[in-house]
Amino acid sequence: MKKILVSSFLFLAAGLIQAQVPAPPTDVKAYDTPDDAGNSISIEWVMSADDKEGVVTGYEILRSESPQGEYTRVGDAPRGTNSYIDSGPQNGKDYFYKIRALSAAGPSDSEPSAAVQTKAQWFKRNRVNGLVALLLLSGGILYFIRKARSGKEIYIRKIAGIEAVEEAVGRATEMGRKIVFIPGIQDMDNMQTIAGITILGHVARKAAEYEAKLEVPVSRALVMVACREITKQAFTAAGRPDAYKDDMVYYITDDQFGYTAALDGLFVREKPAAIFMQGAFFAESLILAETGNYIGAIQIAGTAQPSQLPFFVAACDYTLIGEELFAASAYLSKDVKLLGSLKGQDVGKFLMMAAILVGVILTSLGVYDLSRIFTVR
Amino acid sequence: MDFWQKLLAVDRRVIFALVAVAIIIPFFLNFPIKITVSPPVNAVYDYIEKLPTGSLVMISCDYDPPSAPELQPMTETMLKHFFLKDLKVIILGLWPQGSVQANIALEVVMRDPILKAKNLKYGVDYVNLGFTAGNEFVIIRMGTDIHAAFPVDFNGTKIAELPLMQNVRNFNNIAFVFNVSAGYPGTYEWVIFGVDRYRFKLGAGNTAVQAPLVSPYVQSGQLIGLLGGMRGAAEYEEVSHYFGKAMGFMRSQTFSHAVVIFFIIVGNLAYFMTRGKRT
Amino acid sequence: MRREVPLIITAACGFIFIIQFFIPHPPLNRIQDVFNDWVNIIAGFAIVLGILNLLRVNLNKMSKKSKGWPYALFTILGLLAYVVIGLAFSGGRSFQNPGTAFYWVYINLFFPLNSTMFALLAFFVASASYRAFRARNKEATLLLIAATILMLGRVPLGEYLSGWLPSGWRLADLSDWIMDFPQTAGQRAIMMGIALGIISTSLRIILGIERTYLGGD
Repeated sequence: MKKILVSSFLFLAAGLIQAQVPAPPTDVKAYDTPDDAGNSISIEWVMSADDKEGVVTGYEILRSESPQGEYTRVGDAPRGTNSYIDSGPQNGKDYFYKIRALSAAGPSDSEPSAAVQTKAQWFKRNRVNGLVALLLLSGGILYFIRKARSGKEIYIRKIAGIEAVEEAVGRATEMGRKIVFIPGIQDMDNMQTIAGITILGHVARKAAEYEAKLEVPVSRALVMVACREITKQAFTAAGRPDAYKDDMVYYITDDQFGYTAALDGLFVREKPAAIFMQGAFFAESLILAETGNYIGAIQIAGTAQPSQLPFFVAACDYTLIGEELFAASAYLSKDVKLLGSLKGQDVGKFLMMAAILVGVILTSLGVYDLSRIFTVR
Repeated sequence: MDFWQKLLAVDRRVIFALVAVAIIIPFFLNFPIKITVSPPVNAVYDYIEKLPTGSLVMISCDYDPPSAPELQPMTETMLKHFFLKDLKVIILGLWPQGSVQANIALEVVMRDPILKAKNLKYGVDYVNLGFTAGNEFVIIRMGTDIHAAFPVDFNGTKIAELPLMQNVRNFNNIAFVFNVSAGYPGTYEWVIFGVDRYRFKLGAGNTAVQAPLVSPYVQSGQLIGLLGGMRGAAEYEEVSHYFGKAMGFMRSQTFSHAVVIFFIIVGNLAYFMTRGKRT
Repeated sequence: MRREVPLIITAACGFIFIIQFFIPHPPLNRIQDVFNDWVNIIAGFAIVLGILNLLRVNLNKMSKKSKGWPYALFTILGLLAYVVIGLAFSGGRSFQNPGTAFYWVYINLFFPLNSTMFALLAFFVASASYRAFRARNKEATLLLIAATILMLGRVPLGEYLSGWLPSGWRLADLSDWIMDFPQTAGQRAIMMGIALGIISTSLRIILGIERTYLGGD
C-alpha cells in the first residue's frame, strides 16, 4: 500500500514539474501599418522558445493605453505565427502591446512594446510604381491623340472581324432576316460591356441605314436602358428615327443559363442571318456560338475573357481577341482621336515588352530583387 | 458524295449520340482508375493536414448549379477533410446560390457515419454566413471586420450570437481559406483583393476552363495550391482517400475524351482523303 | 446639358476613383464602399425595370399570338409561380432553407435545368472539335497535337497509355507542361493587351473623347 502511495505521489510530482509555463515571446515591435487610412497597427514578435506542438497552443495580442495599465485582449494568432494587424486603435493615441503565449500550464506574457500611434497616410508609397506606369501610359495615349488631331495619318492594321461588320449587316438585309446583337452577360460596371455597347451603336446605325431588323436581347436591366438609348440615337443619326422601336432591346433574365436557353431558342426559331456577340461571356459562349454556327448565321464575336476566346475562335466566323474588342469602337468610328489612342496603347505594349526582356535577362543572371518594382499592393 | 465526304458532313446529332453513350455507360461500370496526384493538389492537402486541431478555416462557395457537377464534389471532399481534421469551418458565398450549394454539400457530408458520430453542432463547429452582395468589396470588408460584411448568417441569426464567430474579427483569425469558384467573383478576386492585401493562406478549386487563368498564381505563391475541374476533385479524393463522386465522374470523362479524340482522328482522315478532290 | 452633365459626372467619378487608388486618407478610403453600395441599390431597382419589361414583351407576344407565343406564356407562368412560392409559401426570411417550397423548386427544377444547359457544353465541345481540329496548316496541326495531348493527359486513359514512359514524358506531364508554359504565356500576353485596352478605353471615356456609350457620336 505504501509503495502504491509513494509511486502515485512521484508520478503526480513528475507531471507537475513537466507542465511549466512556456518561455514568453520577446522583442515585440509595434508600428503604424504603412500606406493605409489609419486605425491599424502592425505587431511583430519573436515567437516563444517553446513554440512547438504540445506546449504553446497559440498567442493572444493584448493592448493598453499605458505601459503598466490594464491590458485587454484584441486578437488571437495561431502557434507558429509572429505577426498580427490590429484594426481597432484610434488615430493619434499612444498604445502599448504585449503578446501572451498560451499553453495548458498557463500563459506567459512578453514585455510591453514601445509606444505606437496610428495615423492615416496621404499616399500609398507601395503604389508609386503603379502611378509611374499610369502616368507613362496615359501620357503616351494622350500624346498620340494630340498627334492624330494635328492631321498626321496614323497606320492601324486591319482587323478582319471589324471589316466584316458591314458584310454581316448587308447579308442580313439581303436575306430579309434579323441581326441579333448580344452585349455579353455582365452589367454596366464591366468594361467589356461598355466596349460591346459602343460597337452596338455602330452596328445599329448600319442596320438603320440598310433597313435591316435588329434585335438586342440583354441579360441586365441597366444594360437594357443603356442599349435602348444607344440604339435610338443610332437610328436617329442614320435618319430613321421612325424605324426604332423600344421592343428591339429587351430584358430576358440575369440567370446565365436561363439567358442562354432563351437565346438558343431565339436562334433556332428565328434563324437570324447575323449574330454579334460582343462583351463579357463565360461558359455559355460555346453554346451560343455552336448554335449560331448550326443555323448558318454569320457570327462576329469579341470578348476579353481569355478562357472563352478559344471557343469563339473555333465556332465563329470572326473573333475580336481581347484588346481588339476595345479597339473596335475606334476602328468603326474612324475618329482620329480614337485611332490615336490605339497608337498610345502600343507605347504601353512596347514598355511591357522591354520590361519582360530586362526581367528575363536579370532573372537568368540570378538578380531577383528588381522584380519587386513591378509588384503593386 | 463518297464515304469520306459523307463522313466530313456527318450530322452533329450522330456525334451527340455517341458522346451521350460514352458518358452514360461508365455509370454502370465500376472499373478502377489510376489517378496521379499533381503537385498543386498535393500542396493543398499537405497544408490542411498540417493545420493544428481546432484551427479556423473558411470555405467560399462562389458557384451556382450549372457548375455544381464539377465543383460540388470538391466542396464535399473539402468539407469532409475539414471536419475529419476537427477544424472549425466558416462557410460563405460571394454568389447568391453559393451558400445554398454549400448547404446541399453539408447535407451529403453529414450522412457520413464517422461525421455523424462526431455530433457536429451548427454555430459551434461550423457556420454558414450566407451571401452578401458586393463581389470583391465583400472580401475587402472581411479584411477589417467579418461581422460588418456578414451581420447575420444564412438563417438570419446575428453572427455575434454564434459561439464560433465570437472571437473572429477578420482574416487574422483564419488559418486557411479555400475558394471554390466558377467565374466572377472568384479566385482572381480572392487573390488580388484578399491575399495581396491581408496575406492569408488561400487554396482554390476552379472549373477546368477557369483553372488555367489562375494557375499563374500558384507559380507566384499567391495560391497554396489549385484543384482544376473534375480531375482536380478526383485527385483530391485520391490523396485524401475520402472518395466521393469525382472518381466516378472521371470514368465518364475518360470515355467521352476518347470519343472526341476518335472523332478528331476520323475528321482529319476524312479531310485528307477528300483534300485532293476539293483542290 | 443633356450630354454635358453625364460627361462631367463620368469625368469627376473617374478622377476620384483614380485618386483614391493612391490616397488612403479619409474620406477617400470610404468612397469605394459607398459607391459600391449605391451600385448595388441601383442594380436592385433596375431589376424591377427588367421584370416589368419582361412581362410587357411576353404579354404583348401572347396577345398578338406572335411566333413562339406559348414560350412567352411559359415564361410568365414560371416567373409568377417562383415569386409566389418564394414570398407566400416558404417561411419568410429563411426561404432558401432546406425543407421550404422554394428550396424544393430550387433542387428539383432550377438546379437540373441549369446543370442541363451547362452539360450541353459536353456535346458542343465534341461537335466544335470535330469541325475545328483539322490539320489545315502548321498552326492548326500544332493546335491539334496540343489538344490531343491535353485531352488524354487530363484523364486516366493517358496514364494507362503512357505510364511506361519515363517521368516527365508521360501524357499527364506533357499536358501539365503545356498548361504551365505555352498556355500561361499566351494567356498572360492576351491579359496584358486587355489591360492596355481597358486603360485606353477608360481614359477615353473619362476624358469624354469616347461618347458612344451615351448614345451618339
